[in-house]
Amino acid sequence: MSDTHAQTVAFVRDTMLPEQPPPASEAGVIKWMRENLFKGWFNSILTLLSIFFIYKIVSGAYPWFANGIWNTSSLAECREMLDGMTGACFSVLTERWNQLLFGFTYPTEAYWRPTLAVVLLLVAIAPVLYPKAPRKLMLFTAIYPFLAFWLIWGGTLLTPLMVLVGLIAGYFAFKKFERQSFAMGMLAGLVATVVVIWAGGVIPAAMPDVLALQAIPSRDLGGFMLNMILGTVCVSLSLPLGIMLALGRQSSMPIIKWMCVVFIEFIRGVPLITLLFVANVVLAYFFPPGSNIDLVLRVIIMITMFSSAYIAEVIRGGLAALPRGQYEAGDSLGLDYAQSMRFIILPQALKISIPGIVNVAVGLFKDTTLVSVISMFDLVGMIRGPILASTEWNGVYWELWGFAVFVFFIVCFSISKYSQWLERQLATDHR
Amino acid sequence: MKKIAILGAMTVAGLSAGVASAATLDDVKARGKLNCGVTTGLVGFAAPNANGEWEGFDVGVCRAVAAAVLGDPTAVEFVPTTGKTRFTALASGEIDLLARNTTWTFSRDVDLGFEFVGINYYDGQGFMVPKELGVSSAKELDGATVCIQTGTTTELNLADFFRANNISYEPVPIETNAEAQPLYLEGACDVYTTDASGLAATRAAFENPGDHVVLPEIISKEPLGPLVRHGDNQWGDIARWTLNALIAAEELGVTSANVSELASAAGSNPEINRLLGTEGTLGAMLGLEADWAVKAIMAGGNYGELFEKNIGENTPIGLARGLNALWTEGGLLYTPPFR
Repeated sequence: MSDTHAQTVAFVRDTMLPEQPPPASEAGVIKWMRENLFKGWFNSILTLLSIFFIYKIVSGAYPWFANGIWNTSSLAECREMLDGMTGACFSVLTERWNQLLFGFTYPTEAYWRPTLAVVLLLVAIAPVLYPKAPRKLMLFTAIYPFLAFWLIWGGTLLTPLMVLVGLIAGYFAFKKFERQSFAMGMLAGLVATVVVIWAGGVIPAAMPDVLALQAIPSRDLGGFMLNMILGTVCVSLSLPLGIMLALGRQSSMPIIKWMCVVFIEFIRGVPLITLLFVANVVLAYFFPPGSNIDLVLRVIIMITMFSSAYIAEVIRGGLAALPRGQYEAGDSLGLDYAQSMRFIILPQALKISIPGIVNVAVGLFKDTTLVSVISMFDLVGMIRGPILASTEWNGVYWELWGFAVFVFFIVCFSISKYSQWLERQLATDHR
Repeated sequence: MKKIAILGAMTVAGLSAGVASAATLDDVKARGKLNCGVTTGLVGFAAPNANGEWEGFDVGVCRAVAAAVLGDPTAVEFVPTTGKTRFTALASGEIDLLARNTTWTFSRDVDLGFEFVGINYYDGQGFMVPKELGVSSAKELDGATVCIQTGTTTELNLADFFRANNISYEPVPIETNAEAQPLYLEGACDVYTTDASGLAATRAAFENPGDHVVLPEIISKEPLGPLVRHGDNQWGDIARWTLNALIAAEELGVTSANVSELASAAGSNPEINRLLGTEGTLGAMLGLEADWAVKAIMAGGNYGELFEKNIGENTPIGLARGLNALWTEGGLLYTPPFR
């Protein structure tokens, strides 16, 4: 029987054909381009148009970058070197580099201090941002604010040290009284902190030279350093404050609730720039003459208040999104208010709120440039004021503003990338 | 914002006129530093250089006062102020002296409770247009678009001028001088108007200054001068006569180069002797050292030297003396006698 077919069929394949690559038009780059760029005549036209415009932009901008001049000391000199060619005078950035970063009054020999503070900041926030970082680093994170204060403002190390000791005392008092109730613990902690800091204040006053760096008044801070300080300090302070405000607004105790509601609604109803003007010019009238509260401190307080009101609303959204059952679950387990918030409600609510919080943080970081309006020399203030008003660089715009855009973009883009990563990490639901 | 600043200034003027006023001189001496309000940056008048040191024509006034009072031209804490914060800073006592190209007007002097101690620059509002427009007089600007800083006296002057000449214009509001330059160069407005000194500085920064002309019309009076708070007349006198000393020094031919020689012994000109303290007790009358004016002149030179160094014809700004020449040379600078 085996040859039956041999008579009826002329050819029988007895081996598999080797696999063939797909036709060129259905594979690799060409397929991708056909599907994504040239699908149909309409898309093809759009693609060609886009390519044309990108080409125009790049070819227009390229000589400006390529001919850029980096080492002249004034705009006139730079224009002379360019001799009519298109080109950027990047030398304003190199010549005023330190002023752009640190402001124009920060002592040159102390530049290493804020630089070191930024490097240490990266170390300090690592355990907060990345769950995989070694937990022991948290200890450094706790110390960091005091260290950074000492590095940037100088003076004796004892001042921030006393505050740290006060906070530690407060923590232990809190731990001791937490058994009775959370509120009791908070109260005890607060009292202990204030007492220790107040009583210990004599030590740095008595020994102003122990481990002292050259003291630098806040007035001398400036440049991008000021934006970084305001941004980091205000975001990190406004987060706990915002959580408390959000919880307070949901509280069943009327006085606390209404205090929080009034605070949030008032602050949200006022433009930030108005608050800054209040900080700069009006607050001085409320204090007795001679008691001059540091301008940077006033601004930090105002920006923190502003952003904490926004963060409170974002977190309230997170709290509202949790099903009622979660609250009841906490109650049925016999947890008190503080415990159920800490262990059940907030971890979930904060997770939902991350995009909103990051949104506020990015907006806040950019809003720190508003301080240039109240004559503080942050990055924008430096550009608008001293640099554009100097006889050497009057008339340079694109280079300076481009630099500011570049710097802010890098920081804000990294924050937003990080938040996307964090959302993926925390995504425990199944999709 | 402007309203807040003005409201605040008025509140303080009312509240603290009696509190923060007396004995500014003692405060300054005790502090060892003069708190001087300047602009956040205006070419030629006040701006920090690459080393962070303040330089400029208004800065020179601050340094002269510091030198007269404290004997040290570097004992100045420069407090940068914006157009919006300057008056509150002075009223609240944050600064002792405001030298920030501020126009002397009735309401600022009387209503806000300040005292202008003199005029260190006679300015006036002018117009700049591109040469290719072919305009030779501001009266030909019918229908033009004009870049103008909002909330300043220039805005009001402009409206007055165009109404008086019965021609129309279209304003393009801008916030700062720095913002005006690119707008004007891009052609967003045909005309840029601000104080003539500002126009000169702006034009000097252009790539091709020759393509632009400043029209001959000056349509307003903008006397710029330093000011102090109401209520401390001794301090006001010190600031006023320090400025006068700089002007008198130019008139009398006393410069930073020859002042120490002239002050070493009484010379033949009695007015120079009184000014430099080798004769009479003018310094003691002010509550200062006898050689207060010598130190003020040594700080940055006399008025003419300050002018030439910061905004004069050999600088990129290239302003001519014009109204700011001495009265003996056809200008308006005329100091009362030192007697």
